[in-house]
Amino acid sequence: MSDATQTGRSLPDRLTTRAQRIFRSWEALLIVVAIAIFIANAIASPYFLNAWNLSDATFNFTEKAMIAFAMALLIIAGEIDLSVAAIIALASTAMGYAAQFGVDTPGLMLIGLGTGVLCGAFNGALVTKLALPSIVVTIGTMSLFRGISFIVLGDGAYRGYPESFAWVGQGYIWWVFTVEMLIFALLAVVFGVLLHRTNFGRAVYAIGNNPTAALFSGIRVPRVKFILFVLTGLMSGLAAVCLTSRLGSTRPSIGVGLELEVVTMVVLGGINILGGSGTIPGGVIAAFVMGLVTFGLGLLNVPGIVMSIFIGALLIGVIALPRLFAMVRRR
Amino acid sequence: MSDIPVIALDGITKTFPGVIALDQVKLSLYPGQVTALIGENGAGKSTVVKTLTGIYRPDGGQILVDGKPVHFATAHDASRHGITAIHQETVLFDELSVAENIFIGHAPRGRFGLIDTARMTQDARALLNSIGAPLDPDAKLRDLGIASKHLVAIARALSIDARVVIMDEPTAALSQKEIEELYKLVEHLKSQGKAILFISHKFDEIFRIADRYTVFRDGQFVGDGLMTDVDQDALVQMMVGRAVDQIFPKRVHAPGEVLLQVTGYSHPTEFADINFKLHKGEILGFYGLVGAGRSEFMQSLIGITRPSKGVCRIGEQITVIRSPADAIAAGIVYVPEDRGKQGAITDMPIFQNVTLPSLRKTSRNGFIRLAEEFKLAREYTQRLDLRAASLDQDVGKLSGGNQQKVVIAKWLATQPRVIILDEPTKGIDIGSKAAVHSFMAELAAMGLSVIMVSSEIPEVMGMSDRVIVMREGRMVAELVGEELTPDNLVRHAAGIGMAA
Repeated sequence: MSDATQTGRSLPDRLTTRAQRIFRSWEALLIVVAIAIFIANAIASPYFLNAWNLSDATFNFTEKAMIAFAMALLIIAGEIDLSVAAIIALASTAMGYAAQFGVDTPGLMLIGLGTGVLCGAFNGALVTKLALPSIVVTIGTMSLFRGISFIVLGDGAYRGYPESFAWVGQGYIWWVFTVEMLIFALLAVVFGVLLHRTNFGRAVYAIGNNPTAALFSGIRVPRVKFILFVLTGLMSGLAAVCLTSRLGSTRPSIGVGLELEVVTMVVLGGINILGGSGTIPGGVIAAFVMGLVTFGLGLLNVPGIVMSIFIGALLIGVIALPRLFAMVRRR
Repeated sequence: MSDIPVIALDGITKTFPGVIALDQVKLSLYPGQVTALIGENGAGKSTVVKTLTGIYRPDGGQILVDGKPVHFATAHDASRHGITAIHQETVLFDELSVAENIFIGHAPRGRFGLIDTARMTQDARALLNSIGAPLDPDAKLRDLGIASKHLVAIARALSIDARVVIMDEPTAALSQKEIEELYKLVEHLKSQGKAILFISHKFDEIFRIADRYTVFRDGQFVGDGLMTDVDQDALVQMMVGRAVDQIFPKRVHAPGEVLLQVTGYSHPTEFADINFKLHKGEILGFYGLVGAGRSEFMQSLIGITRPSKGVCRIGEQITVIRSPADAIAAGIVYVPEDRGKQGAITDMPIFQNVTLPSLRKTSRNGFIRLAEEFKLAREYTQRLDLRAASLDQDVGKLSGGNQQKVVIAKWLATQPRVIILDEPTKGIDIGSKAAVHSFMAELAAMGLSVIMVSSEIPEVMGMSDRVIVMREGRMVAELVGEELTPDNLVRHAAGIGMAA
């Protein structure tokens, strides 16, 4: 035992191949679900397989998905932000207010993003400096942010946005591909790399799995969490820019209830609501699944309330299925 | 005095994977007498308590109640035989009232099977008065101090008409005045003919209160008898005197220059005025009873908690450590005692656990390089002879000993100068223990400075060049060479033969 370097055994890196891991993953199951929904839609409605209709359908999820990417990281780290829709309202209100004084498109976008960052920093500071639970903090700021918006706007609305501002939410890059789709695709790559290919991403997983051990391992836990809240705020600001540009107006009720759709998307993507696991590809596929379902039901003239029942059932179904399979197999 | 014990353990054996916690032990409790159970940490005292209260089922031997064999299938069975325990952290309900706590599970019932609150309050008051504890039965437990909570626990024990009362370190959190009250209560229980098992590390109170003693060592019965027949020295001898059954690696003690110097480290509540120098290539042991403030001090050294005052020098340089990240940068790492909570991330694979504090080394510009990670993980798991299927396996799937190897590998991969090991072999099998010990010796030989916090006397004796003993947050002795004896360790840790 005098020279332990010689006595130990060398362990293999992995026993499974990449293909095996992908095949067994949650993401693989989701892709199957997505394809099934796509086929069902194509059969159910003759208007579905139309490039322009499908392009329109992407608006159902692109803005939510922008927030969902950041929210995915936040939830993996064991926190949550329920104030994202309220941040949209506040950021949109700030932009509308600035637009009254003739601020131009670049300035408006900066104001939208900046408001998001400030709101995120406020959430992050409350959670990390005062060690408050994020679910409580962001339920509070949800009322706070939207409340400010209501005070400023009352039952009025801001319109007067400059013409060039419409490009973000209504413009096309090429053929049927919208500006929002491009933003969505870029962000998918950026967040995918951030979570899966950087030290920061590894820290996010470590914190979500065991915050104490992460702290003991030299990870600056409060700093990482703070950054995640700011990032979620920034993405909410970005979504506010897109949504406001697309609608061309701001009301204080803008994006009401959107936070739950974002969380639904994240959970559907296979991200553990208790933190610690999940992937960005899962989130991307979940975004498509939700977009396809709402669009397909829309084509069939299904009312919104029924649609939300459908989404809820889909979420529970997709999450419960693997467990049910496991239970049956054990018998 | 009756000759038939109320309850007796006869040849009880209890094993856990890789560990024999109790090896054919015996223990008898007599009515109207206090029996002290004496032994080091890890001697098997808690396992005995859990066996007596039906939480553990023994693998061999029998439990006799009034001389007749019984079988405790559940904790409820034990409680039906009148056995009750007052634990170190007594299991009571903070949000309920005193009366509810006393009668929970067997409250007096009124009409429709509803709880008769008035009678319960009345009974509770009567019970509390009978033990000289004038507490308000309607007070919320949360608003009471620890001493009062103990009284509630004792009242609860009496309310179920207990015949055997187990007190597991009941005085640990009490002030001197409260301890006196407790002694009176014990006398009261004795006079009612209850059999009492009294577990304590404090010799003065054992001699004050106990009628009999039983000594355990390493899960084995060593001896028992009447307190009047023994003195302190004899008990200490029985506790620690052992045939050395563990082999420790032979080491040449040749410490180099001073690497770490700590002066005047203090904390508002946990520890005060810690001073020592740590040399290169040295293994410095920290011995003390559980709760002596050793872990708290170590955690402040690596920036988990902030000391209220004190200076830490590395080499000649004053180093301020505000976070574990600072400590890693300064070359000080800490292998925590609570492996599952503070050490390993059990749901993450081995390689990611190993590289977590070293990510800066395996990455480039913040981007992960998997090949480098696997290389580092392979190197250090190999050095520790880790047994696993692959580096991609989740740490939670490994045995305790192998988990500990992952945690140690993780810290060695940072290439530290000082490594602090907090109870490094607690709860791991003998084979892994030996591996950890020989590895510690190797680290010291390579010039690392090792601090080992341990409550196991053989380990402290077998591994340390020098031992600092802590008691109640203070350094009470520094033992080296001839003075480093099991006897001295126990005496200093428990404060025997010194002004308390």
